Amino acid sequence: MRLQKATEIALYAVLELAIDPERQLTAVEIAEKYGISTHHLAKVLRDLGRGGLVDSVRGVGGGYRFAGDARRLTLMDVISRFEDVSADTDELPPQEAGQEIARALRFVLTELDMQTVATLRSISLSTMLKLIARRPWAVAEVKPGRRTG
Amino acid sequence: MQRMTRSPRTDRKDPAPIRPATAADVAGVIALDHEVTGLAKPAYWQDLFERYGGTAPGDTRVFLVAETAGRIDGFIVGEVRAWEFGSPPSGWIFAVQVRSRLRVQGLGSRLFGAVCDSFRAAGVDRVRTMVAPDNTEIHSFFRSQGMMAGPFIELEMRLD
Repeated sequence: MRLQKATEIALYAVLELAIDPERQLTAVEIAEKYGISTHHLAKVLRDLGRGGLVDSVRGVGGGYRFAGDARRLTLMDVISRFEDVSADTDELPPQEAGQEIARALRFVLTELDMQTVATLRSISLSTMLKLIARRPWAVAEVKPGRRTG
Repeated sequence: MQRMTRSPRTDRKDPAPIRPATAADVAGVIALDHEVTGLAKPAYWQDLFERYGGTAPGDTRVFLVAETAGRIDGFIVGEVRAWEFGSPPSGWIFAVQVRSRLRVQGLGSRLFGAVCDSFRAAGVDRVRTMVAPDNTEIHSFFRSQGMMAGPFIELEMRLD
């Protein structure tokens, strides 16, 4: 799945700040680290502030701090502030003849949506930080996937 | 979304010791499972104990309990399975439970660590489990231990 740009920026910012909840970072510092637009990031940080996920400190030496509970907040909690990744509930085609194919397609695609939602709901920010520290992709890059079956 | 309620921390000084289950623990396991799930399954747990209980380190079947002053506060059950669907030997966890008010205090992690140690002692290098997609609490627990999606996809169909 691909996340919208604002969602991706929000996850970068929240996770970066959650690494050390005592640390204060400016939008410029975060934007430079991730190569993203400061303007776009500032807008996202405002949304995150309204949601209580980050605190903003105004004035000289100001910036942003993580304000949530990293063990409780999940990826879905952050993502759902910016986009809807739940199962598709759009209207089916009005023509009766097209309904069965449309239903079958939705049936299959709902499987994927369910997996996506369950995964995003199950991963807390704390789990993400542990994953970042563990870097399992470094092992996967060295060892190609084993075939089974 | 579903969230767990943070339980008040207890004043316990020493964590509940984790050890292999004995016949005397089965009633406590049944009671804890009933308390948490709302379903009493005495025959299931008795059968599970007969097949998995009383094992020693290095055995391929593992049934561990965390017990405090005669009360079972948590348990975990698993086994090493080999060559199902072509998979080399790996540890499988198929039951884990911790008393509700003791959650998010490390007991589940210690049970998980202990069963992983048993699997390592049995010579395997990976552990697997399966979770219902709507059981966010247990899914989050396994994720927090470092578990990720495995190489298999579960499939099923109705037979009626």
